[in-house]
Amino acid sequence: MSAFNRQRFIALLVKETLQIVRDPSTFLIAFVLPMILLFLFGYGVSLDTTRIKIGLALQDTGAQARSLATAYERSTWFDVTGSRDVTSLKADLVAGNIRGIIVIPPDFGRRLDSRGDPASIQVITDGSMPNTAGFVAAYAEGIRASWAAGLADERGVQPLPPISLAQRFWFNPELTSRYFLVPGSIAIVMTMIGTLLTALVVAREWERGTMEALLATPIGMAEFLATKVIPYFILGLCSMTICTLIAIFIFGVPFLGSALALLAIASAFLVPALGQGLLISAVTKNQFVASQVALLSAFLPAMLLSGFLFEISSMPRIIQFITYVVPARYVIPPLQTVFAVGDLWGLFLRNIAVLLGFGAFFFLLAIRATRRRIA
Amino acid sequence: MWGRIYALIVKEMWAILRDPRARVILVVPPLVQLFVLGFATTLEVKNIDVGVYNRDSGAWSTEFVQRLSGSPNIRGLVWIRSPKELRSAIDNQRVIVAVSIDQRFSADIEAGRPVTIQAIFDGRRSNAAQIVSGYIERIAGEMGASLAPATASRRSQSVLTNWFNPNLDYLWFTMPALIVIISTVSGLGITALSVARERELGTFDQLMVSPLRVHEILIGKMVPPFLVGLFNASLYLILIPFAFGVPLTGSITLFYLALTFYLLALVGVGMLVSSLAQTQQQAFLGVFLVTVPATLLSGYASPVDNMPGWLQILAQANPPKHFLIVSEGVFLKAMPALDVLSNTWPLVIIASVTLTASAILFRARME
Repeated sequence: MSAFNRQRFIALLVKETLQIVRDPSTFLIAFVLPMILLFLFGYGVSLDTTRIKIGLALQDTGAQARSLATAYERSTWFDVTGSRDVTSLKADLVAGNIRGIIVIPPDFGRRLDSRGDPASIQVITDGSMPNTAGFVAAYAEGIRASWAAGLADERGVQPLPPISLAQRFWFNPELTSRYFLVPGSIAIVMTMIGTLLTALVVAREWERGTMEALLATPIGMAEFLATKVIPYFILGLCSMTICTLIAIFIFGVPFLGSALALLAIASAFLVPALGQGLLISAVTKNQFVASQVALLSAFLPAMLLSGFLFEISSMPRIIQFITYVVPARYVIPPLQTVFAVGDLWGLFLRNIAVLLGFGAFFFLLAIRATRRRIA
Repeated sequence: MWGRIYALIVKEMWAILRDPRARVILVVPPLVQLFVLGFATTLEVKNIDVGVYNRDSGAWSTEFVQRLSGSPNIRGLVWIRSPKELRSAIDNQRVIVAVSIDQRFSADIEAGRPVTIQAIFDGRRSNAAQIVSGYIERIAGEMGASLAPATASRRSQSVLTNWFNPNLDYLWFTMPALIVIISTVSGLGITALSVARERELGTFDQLMVSPLRVHEILIGKMVPPFLVGLFNASLYLILIPFAFGVPLTGSITLFYLALTFYLLALVGVGMLVSSLAQTQQQAFLGVFLVTVPATLLSGYASPVDNMPGWLQILAQANPPKHFLIVSEGVFLKAMPALDVLSNTWPLVIIASVTLTASAILFRARME
């Protein structure tokens, strides 16, 4: 161990930077993959169920049944295929061509005018897609209810439901899933650069023995790790900036916070991401194993257990506990907030503190693992 | 010729199974993934906290709050005392929705006037907010219906039936999908990396100069990932009905028919990637580049129906998209042979195109 030497530090930093810039896989992970991911979350993965295909079996020829059928056909929620015959619609449901069936039975009009049981329509959903099925059920009932209200209106009967709900969706009034998926995918991109790329490249150096060669020089451990990490840190921020610009200008995601806040959040997240990457490479020192470990311990959790795609509160308790040790869990809320809400420093600082804590932990472990390796 | 291929297959199986660590990697992570992903990747919304800002002291608002806390999807209520607290509860994501009941709520109901409850949602979580809004709406509707004077005529209702999955249990969707996702990840990885490793070590050139023909080498390389995929899928086919209680309603023969072509298509894509890669690192990145879009666009993370039209056309070239339909269909829908076949022939095409292309590329490399 020797004292900090500025010239040596800069020389090493330049060497590491050149090495990164010249490696074609850097370009692939830092720029091509982020574009693909952003594109996938911007266009491909959409939770906005618009125009669900359904079948409508209109078995009553009366005026009222037809008016209800028209209400369904005019709805923007559904893309309706009409048929008299329920059997053929059922086959379509099995084949997956439609996601639900609405049956207006032959006695609908008669029941509606009589004083007995209420007139029923039947709503059949495709339970093999539970999320879509829930929407089909809710929209089908909603359209019927508003049709019934309008119908009573013309007859002068009290139409208003006794209790109504005035709903407002803050931060995202149109409920466009892209507005939260695209900012979230920036966290995935930084995980790829921070953990996956770092683990892979540093593991290759261990494999080839160039790590040991460098460690044999009089450089200090912390200084040495810093020269390894700083170029990736900058690369991560560059990639984040490009992603943000694409999110704002190509996908039209609103950005209400400040650039400073975004920079602070992204920097704080890169610390544990890089620490984890270094740790994985120091422990495995094998490219294939490092890639698998990085994939399983960083990429998949960031994607699935961070609350980015799937609600953490809906997971079983054990898995909820696991999510507490996934650093990405603490970056998704501030990222989504800085885009959709603005600067809420209380929320930001709380999460930044947790992220830096994780970072310190990973770096300490990485230093220990590296030291043991040399010994 | 068959003797040569047989010897090569034995060699390839050894290459995969010799290392005890590799044997573990082939089976254990997929099983762990099945359990963790099965329970974690749900679009259901449960255990939510609801903020209540109740400015009414009457009995009817208490009734509404009780109905809220009785909902199986709501875990707890958070009492809110001012608009400022409401803002902060939503901002800091303590609650996903806050309902606000105004002072005249009970008085208005007593007087027979219609009332309105405000519900404010956190739009940052748009999918969850939308689902929760359905829950709250239903609670308000039910309470409203119990208040309404039973007007004798002109009443209608909708009767709901969820086919294939009566309780809309999300696990019933996830499990058959995971067979597809997990075999995609492992199938592509094993195929691409086995060739890349030999290339990096230089032993691939030795194979190429041996009396083996290119297609024989390809077959030898295809068999191990194919068998590993078959083994893992069979394991899941047994585990999913017995350990997770998901019904298996369709024909197992049809499932295996589609699975065969699915695995061939996967191996084909993996071969194509490895025929382009020079090193293990490139092969790994190539696999990653293919796997992520393939799984995200398969219909597992979000329905294919929601994608823009041009992307849906592109998704036709994605093997998991087709096999996901078959897997869900065979498990839940007792899918008839014709529907299974109509989702299998695209796999046949993908398999033949990718395998032919990789054979050509390998041959080109050799010359």
